[in-house]
Amino acid sequence: MTSEAVLTGEHFINGDEACAEGALAVGCRFFGGYPITPATEVAETMARRLPAVGGIFIQMEDEIASIAAVLGAAWGGAKAMTSTSGPGFSLMMENIGLGLVTETPCVIVNVQRGGPSTGLPTLCSQGDMMQARWGSHGHYEIIAISPSSPQEMFNFTIRAFNLAETFRMPVLVMADEVVGHTLERVTIPPAEEIVVVNRKKPTGSPETYLPYKTDSSFIPVLPDAGDGYKIHVTGLTHDERGYPGMDAKTQETMMTRLIQKVRKNRDQILDYEDYFLDGAEIVIVTYGSSVRPALRAMRGLREDGINVGLLKLNTVWPFAEDLIRKLAKKVEAFVVPEVNFGQISLEVERCSSGQALTHLISHAGGGIHTPQQVVEGVKETLRMLGSKRTKK
Amino acid sequence: MPAKDYLRQRFFPQIWCPGCGHGIIMGNMIRAIDQLGLEKNEVVVVSGIGCSSRMPGYVDFHSLHTLHGRALAFAMGVKMGRPELTVIVPMGDGDAAAIGGNHLIHAARRNIDLTAIIMNNSIYGMTGGQFSPMTPFGDKGTTAPSGTIDHAFDIVELAKGAGASFVARTTTYHVKEMIKIIARAIKHKGFSMVEVMSQCPTYYGRKNKLGSAVDMMNSYKDGTTSIGSKKKAEHPELIERGVFLEEERPEYSASYSALVKKSQG
Ligand code: SF4
Repeated sequence: MTSEAVLTGEHFINGDEACAEGALAVGCRFFGGYPITPATEVAETMARRLPAVGGIFIQMEDEIASIAAVLGAAWGGAKAMTSTSGPGFSLMMENIGLGLVTETPCVIVNVQRGGPSTGLPTLCSQGDMMQARWGSHGHYEIIAISPSSPQEMFNFTIRAFNLAETFRMPVLVMADEVVGHTLERVTIPPAEEIVVVNRKKPTGSPETYLPYKTDSSFIPVLPDAGDGYKIHVTGLTHDERGYPGMDAKTQETMMTRLIQKVRKNRDQILDYEDYFLDGAEIVIVTYGSSVRPALRAMRGLREDGINVGLLKLNTVWPFAEDLIRKLAKKVEAFVVPEVNFGQISLEVERCSSGQALTHLISHAGGGIHTPQQVVEGVKETLRMLGSKRTKK
Repeated sequence: MPAKDYLRQRFFPQIWCPGCGHGIIMGNMIRAIDQLGLEKNEVVVVSGIGCSSRMPGYVDFHSLHTLHGRALAFAMGVKMGRPELTVIVPMGDGDAAAIGGNHLIHAARRNIDLTAIIMNNSIYGMTGGQFSPMTPFGDKGTTAPSGTIDHAFDIVELAKGAGASFVARTTTYHVKEMIKIIARAIKHKGFSMVEVMSQCPTYYGRKNKLGSAVDMMNSYKDGTTSIGSKKKAEHPELIERGVFLEEERPEYSASYSALVKKSQG
């Protein structure tokens, strides 16, 4: 096996493999996982590749252990990740909360499959988008990004690690079976062209060091185990010193900072691509494997003279609230194709506050929309707008 | 170094009840570390949730207070990433044998170099006295008001069966023995499990009318004996203490390093 971490060149690989290559390229050297369809290829690639680059692959006893080991490895200083799908993602929820509250950088990949329960292990869905947002108990902000192709599985996994290291928190890669299993050309750039962010380490005296004291970025600078700072890391509510504090004041201070860390840095975290938004009457809002049929639909509709634009959400959480609010004042309607019964569309609807119509095109899972279904959805929206206008 | 120099006195007062056995175990773990001459920076203590799991907060090492039952899985990650560090995992009996039972057997099976100190007081103390998988058959807890009909794990047998390469039992009464055993367990290369019978006078003691903390400790003196002693032959009901197993077997992080070397050619 090659000892090269960055396999510069053109490859014909699937999205899961591209995800693993992205992780390796950005310096991930620890993978803890448990077999699950359709994410297993991420683990298999890591098992094959990690030892040769001096990294660690462990197959744990379940998904709870996998994410726990990932958090432990991150505190040992490693860039660490795990990958899973629906049932495993459910099992990881408590530890995701621990990772958020202890500000542990790591990456969790969910190659979504049809649910609930065992559902459709081998087929696609986007049913876990709200679980990604709210699945762990308590209130929190999270970062989730959503790749729409094998190339983006590579690129976005790199970005996920960079976000995790920058903001010191677990970052979710919300992929899906179609993206994970699509086999196509993936370009891996030369190592020196890959942006790699590494976590900041404390430099001052351990005697006066306050682990959870932050500047206006709200991001703490924390040591790894063995660095000599001997800090106490706890999932209990804690103060700047890291000491547990069982009172409303400590809770307020800690929670406010954890929330602000994401909200105040939203511009740095958000990433999206837009197509023909200027003067668009209708905007398709899309992410993940829905992007491709949506783009195709947009092109066809524009050829037919319909004024449609498209917003591709690369970052799903935090949600692009301001952008949708601004657009809602200008456009007539948003059309949201999703492989679920309405999750991200609820956010679009919330942010448009009645100023623009939100029309969901549902797919129950087991596949993705055809471009024709998206076209129909847009035409349906036009009819709805038409009848609204006549009523006025 | 005196034991107090290993304590984060700034975290005090600690939460344990008067007479709780956990403080004794903490003191002796510190003495064992001191005897071994380990640097504070070389030691990482990882725990789950429960009365016992508050211990890492009080000791001046890098400490990680994680989730109920998950400490060993978390510690796996720390140890694999940083094999040069000594990783100690204090756990309660509910934490280790119920919610964390799966992680316990798998950590033992892999023979990863972690030291699990299972502080067995036969009860869930933090939540107010519910029976645990290590509450003896018939004993009471708030969720077993007429006595539990669950059978208890023998954690020594469980650890042996699961593949731990160092397995021992001691009690809070047998302080010198405890220090020696914990020191040996830490030094051992491989998964070590030390069960320490520890009193919870507040819940287990009170619910089962076992008297004061001192009475409970005396019961450890009277109710246990060294492995293979003559007393055991005469009184088979006595619980054995000592080192049941100490074997050299391929250790997980070392096997992994060998694998890395091999794949790098
Ligand atoms: S409840 Fe029991 S185990 Fe918990 S601190 Fe009190 S005596 Fe110790």
